[in-house]
Amino acid sequence: MKPEAIRSILATDCGSTTTKAILIEKQGDEYRLVVRGEAPTTVEAPFEDVTKGVLNAAKEVEELCGRQILDNDRIITPQKGDKGVDIYISTSSAGGGLQMVVSGIVKAMSAESAERAALGAGAIVMDVLASNDGRLPHEKIQRIRHLRPDMILLSGGTDSGNIKGVVEMSELLKAANPKPRLGINYKLPVIYAGNQKANGEIEKNLGEDTDLSIVPNLRPVLERENLGPARDKIHDLFMEHVMAQAPGYKKLMAMTDAPIMPTPGAVGEIMQVIAKKEGITVVGVDIGGATTDVFSVFKDLEKGEPVFNRTVSANLGMSYSISNVLASATLPNILRWVPFEIDEVDLRNRIGNKMIRPTTIPQSLEELKIEQAISREALRLSFIQHKAFAVGLKGVQKERTISDAFDQSSSGETLVNMMDLDILVGSGGVLSHAPRRHQSARMMIDAFLPEGITQIAVDSIFMMPQLGVLSSVHEKAATEVFNKDCLLRLGTCIAPVGPIKPGKEYVHVKFTLPDGTQVDKSYVLGEMELFEAPYEAIEAEITPARGIDAGAGPGQTVKTMIYGGLVGIIIDARGRRPFVLPENPGERVKKLQEWSLAVKEFENA
Amino acid sequence: MAHAYTPGLKVIPKTVVHKTRRLPMKGEVTVKKGDNIKADDVVATTNLPGNVVPVNLANMLNIEASEIMEILIKKPGDTIKEGDIIAETPGLFGFFKTKAHAPASGTLEAVSGITGQAIIREAPIPVSVQAYIDGKVTAIIEDEGVEVSTMAAFIQGIFGIGGERRGEIKVITPDTTTTITDDMIHDDCKGKVLVGGSFLTHKAFMKAQRVGATGVVVGGFNYSDIKKIVGYDIGVAITGQEEINTTLIITEGFGEVHMAQQTFDLLRAHEGRMASINGATQIRAGVIRPEIIIPIEGNEDLKEKHAELFGMEPGTEVRVIRAPYFGMLGEVTALPHELQRLESGSLARVAKVKLYETQKEVLLPRANLEMIEKT
Repeated sequence: MKPEAIRSILATDCGSTTTKAILIEKQGDEYRLVVRGEAPTTVEAPFEDVTKGVLNAAKEVEELCGRQILDNDRIITPQKGDKGVDIYISTSSAGGGLQMVVSGIVKAMSAESAERAALGAGAIVMDVLASNDGRLPHEKIQRIRHLRPDMILLSGGTDSGNIKGVVEMSELLKAANPKPRLGINYKLPVIYAGNQKANGEIEKNLGEDTDLSIVPNLRPVLERENLGPARDKIHDLFMEHVMAQAPGYKKLMAMTDAPIMPTPGAVGEIMQVIAKKEGITVVGVDIGGATTDVFSVFKDLEKGEPVFNRTVSANLGMSYSISNVLASATLPNILRWVPFEIDEVDLRNRIGNKMIRPTTIPQSLEELKIEQAISREALRLSFIQHKAFAVGLKGVQKERTISDAFDQSSSGETLVNMMDLDILVGSGGVLSHAPRRHQSARMMIDAFLPEGITQIAVDSIFMMPQLGVLSSVHEKAATEVFNKDCLLRLGTCIAPVGPIKPGKEYVHVKFTLPDGTQVDKSYVLGEMELFEAPYEAIEAEITPARGIDAGAGPGQTVKTMIYGGLVGIIIDARGRRPFVLPENPGERVKKLQEWSLAVKEFENA
Repeated sequence: MAHAYTPGLKVIPKTVVHKTRRLPMKGEVTVKKGDNIKADDVVATTNLPGNVVPVNLANMLNIEASEIMEILIKKPGDTIKEGDIIAETPGLFGFFKTKAHAPASGTLEAVSGITGQAIIREAPIPVSVQAYIDGKVTAIIEDEGVEVSTMAAFIQGIFGIGGERRGEIKVITPDTTTTITDDMIHDDCKGKVLVGGSFLTHKAFMKAQRVGATGVVVGGFNYSDIKKIVGYDIGVAITGQEEINTTLIITEGFGEVHMAQQTFDLLRAHEGRMASINGATQIRAGVIRPEIIIPIEGNEDLKEKHAELFGMEPGTEVRVIRAPYFGMLGEVTALPHELQRLESGSLARVAKVKLYETQKEVLLPRANLEMIEKT
């Protein structure tokens, strides 16, 4: 069916716990979200058939929209009259998503490129093995034996280089004889994307015991990456093997009109489409119960082309892994966001209890504030990991100088330039379901510390995965729904950057709100204020103090358009580089309460 | 719609418990269907492939990898002993030979002429699986293991550390509200599964370990004390592999929380009997909860009686699993249909619950309630 002929789309995302379905219909000339339904995912016993959850979610959509979509256990496609939908598509992260082990020769080069390819394809990387990773060969073998990945990506060596390193790795792999996570009767898929001179040896070592695929080298020369073929192969194998092993997926694959995508891969897809289409830079985050994914699209400094990066912090989340946030961030860092005094042992116990009873929700305001304090640290840590990973390389191909190539990880400049960031998008329970949108905005601002002028938004009901897979078949529909129904624009954060003495004027802002209110005001370091304003363009003039940068350089006035939203315009004069919270607990609590009040974070607060 | 409440932890006086006892890979099943077996009996055995020891012969002998195949003394497939010469350089006129000795015993699995690497596979590692509970073999999984079934009292905890253990039940607190302190634990606790009230001090757990208790079952424990025991933070609740001699099972949660009366009563009723316990916990998909299984007489009728699963309704007994009433028990008196705004500001589906302790009725999010499953 031609894209322009499509009138209705049903898209599902099969998550580990919930299957979410959305119905999109063409209304006049544009595509809009009509309804959303959900049902528990049915991958595990006693159901063991993912399609049951899909059909239940579709059933709910059917009931909500009041027209027939299902014919018993079948989604009616294409639409006939008022019945059915024109296409059905799906993403999936059920059953633990796509779990991979990647390997290279040099940790900061081929291994890092391999990791980038796997992450970009939507995988969770269980381990990165490299010849120089500090582990002895027998330790690597033990590790490979212990892990049971869905597939392995083996890389290493430039196409003209020595084959020894990569052949050695394949020998270790053969000796370990790893078994796939799902299904005992099939061979583990291994993708080889390394030195092409070693293809024969790799085939000899792994051809028999594994399901080996050989694709072009993902790092054919030191200064260029070529991740596309490896990434495509990962997607193919995900469909052929991993999905085919999961209960009910063969049926699901037969139902869909486009290949099923791993959920994070689909989210990356939609973010790239939007960034490219609108020519903007984006940071997106999806904070879940077990993991936090961070996506970014920034311009490459040399060529100005958009570069997509994704990282997944596998053990930073708000329920299953909440205790790991505590362990990684440490208690003082969590406590610094709690706006009241609390006993440390009590706080640790509360966090432990959330881990063991992950589906509970904060009933009291105090509990909510604690959860939101923890979320700031989970987001902050995930973003640190992202910035460290999103360095100097780009998604598909990039020319690098030899000297860059050698120090890309240790001293490579991160591509994430917060001053250049246009929009920060949050999703996931703690951000999408916060009782007040003001809280979501605050959590994101505190965790990501945007600089200069940055728009803040949340994904209303987390439909980015479905829109991601939709963008591969119908980009227009995906972008229209993304802009009109998916993104909830919260507003703009104005945050100048640079050190100044306490009590000194930090920034002066001047703008007229749509209701005619004139704002012409100065702020000293440590202040915050919210101006409620709808999502409309507002001409603003922002003048930072001498030496302070609001986006146009130190001390330079920025004249630009800013936008309000469900929250409004937030002036954040708390300072950046450094951003400092008072160390004295009493003062810190007082300051946190003052800021909460200033941005109307809590009702009656 | 998804159910908005957590299925409860099981506290069942008499039920049929089935345990699948499976080898990590194919092997031999050593019992037959219908056999009555004891917890310590081995039900299946196998040999895991031995550990792999890689050794780079080319580096050891300081030669090119491509030369290695010509100077091998042992060939791939040969059995070797630690210290055996695997390869030897020809030297100069028969002198100055350099030898590569095997660092381990086993089989020379492979030698690579590209990398110079040899792989030695050590002897297979025998592995056996025990029955874990007294009971009857009710099914055989060919070449992999068995299903053992037994009539038992069955109790689930919420979180545990430490693996499978067995011991006699010994109740050491008078009630559900008393804290277990180290002065309650004596040498006669050796080999016992200790049962106590609301809280276990770290000192008391250490003493239990010292005297050789096989396990402790208690209402609450400090999360920060877990690190003191295992030496690291448990960031994600996947446990059971900790190297500790005393398995710890927490029935209610972290902090000081009274053990549910019926859990305590059931354990007390079986004082002196042998229990199989396991602290293994996994909260994510495929939930595993720590368990206490006390086999009781009468394995003749092991047909499972399927309890019907009902949703929450007025009269359902529940446990509050989050602050501010965390740990309290009560009875559902009403289930308002409309979403209600909580103090936190969130809209949620709630239940009206009469708390036993305060005799007051309170509105609580259904997500923060756990049904107490008795059947």
